[in-house]
Amino acid sequence: MTYLFAAYVATWVIHIAYLGHLARSYARLKKEIEEVNRKR
Amino acid sequence: MKRAFPILAILTAGLLTYGLYGALIQAPTEQTMGDVQRIFYYHVPSAWTAFCLFFVNLVASIIYLVRRNPKADALALASAEVGVVFCTVVLVTGPIWARPVWGIWWTWDLRLTLTLVLWLIYVSYLMLRRFSSSGQTPMMAAVLAVLGALDVPLVYFSIWFFRTQHPQPVIGGGGSIDPRMLHVLLMNWLAFMCLATLVCWSRYRLEILRRQVEETQALESLLAAGSSR
Repeated sequence: MTYLFAAYVATWVIHIAYLGHLARSYARLKKEIEEVNRKR
Repeated sequence: MKRAFPILAILTAGLLTYGLYGALIQAPTEQTMGDVQRIFYYHVPSAWTAFCLFFVNLVASIIYLVRRNPKADALALASAEVGVVFCTVVLVTGPIWARPVWGIWWTWDLRLTLTLVLWLIYVSYLMLRRFSSSGQTPMMAAVLAVLGALDVPLVYFSIWFFRTQHPQPVIGGGGSIDPRMLHVLLMNWLAFMCLATLVCWSRYRLEILRRQVEETQALESLLAAGSSR
């Protein structure tokens, strides 16, 4: 049961980590867009 | 398209929940391996999803090479990145299953080694895209993607044509599978395909937006340099 639990947790940790990375990239890009708009 | 995103997100959440329920509760316990066999319901659909994403990457790369379409290039990048995520899941869940069943975490078996090589090829593809600033980067990446895709059929058919320690294919390979197990397996694959579509879509939109911002910033810099002269 430990191995099964480990495999399922690992799967979701990998997916959530990648989604977190995407969310951070979106936030960074949003800041850049705001900066570009402010400069105009 | 904007309306389809939340609908697909809800559908994906529902399918993933149902898939998890199916894998942990609905599917019967395998007689020889016991509960650890349930890893199969995440491991196999993740591998199939990764293969599909690498196929999208191949098609998008060919379109880019033929037409120099920047949208195809963005799709190639998005599909490769999400494909690497699913391939990572395969390489992590496989050894977790192997330890109690084979008694070892890893062996240099053909299937396992080719899967690791596949992962390394697409990681190098992403590295090339991330760190090369040459104008030829998308073209070099597209060529690498076409060559890298050759490993996908090798991984898939390695257990058909060679003697490997990896279990034989359960579908189409002469093996049999309980219909309840097959149902759960296919439901999880559908759920992972929906998840992959959602994430790939988001990554594609992010890439298009990033390129637009970069173009605007470059244009602003040019205009600023021109006005200062």
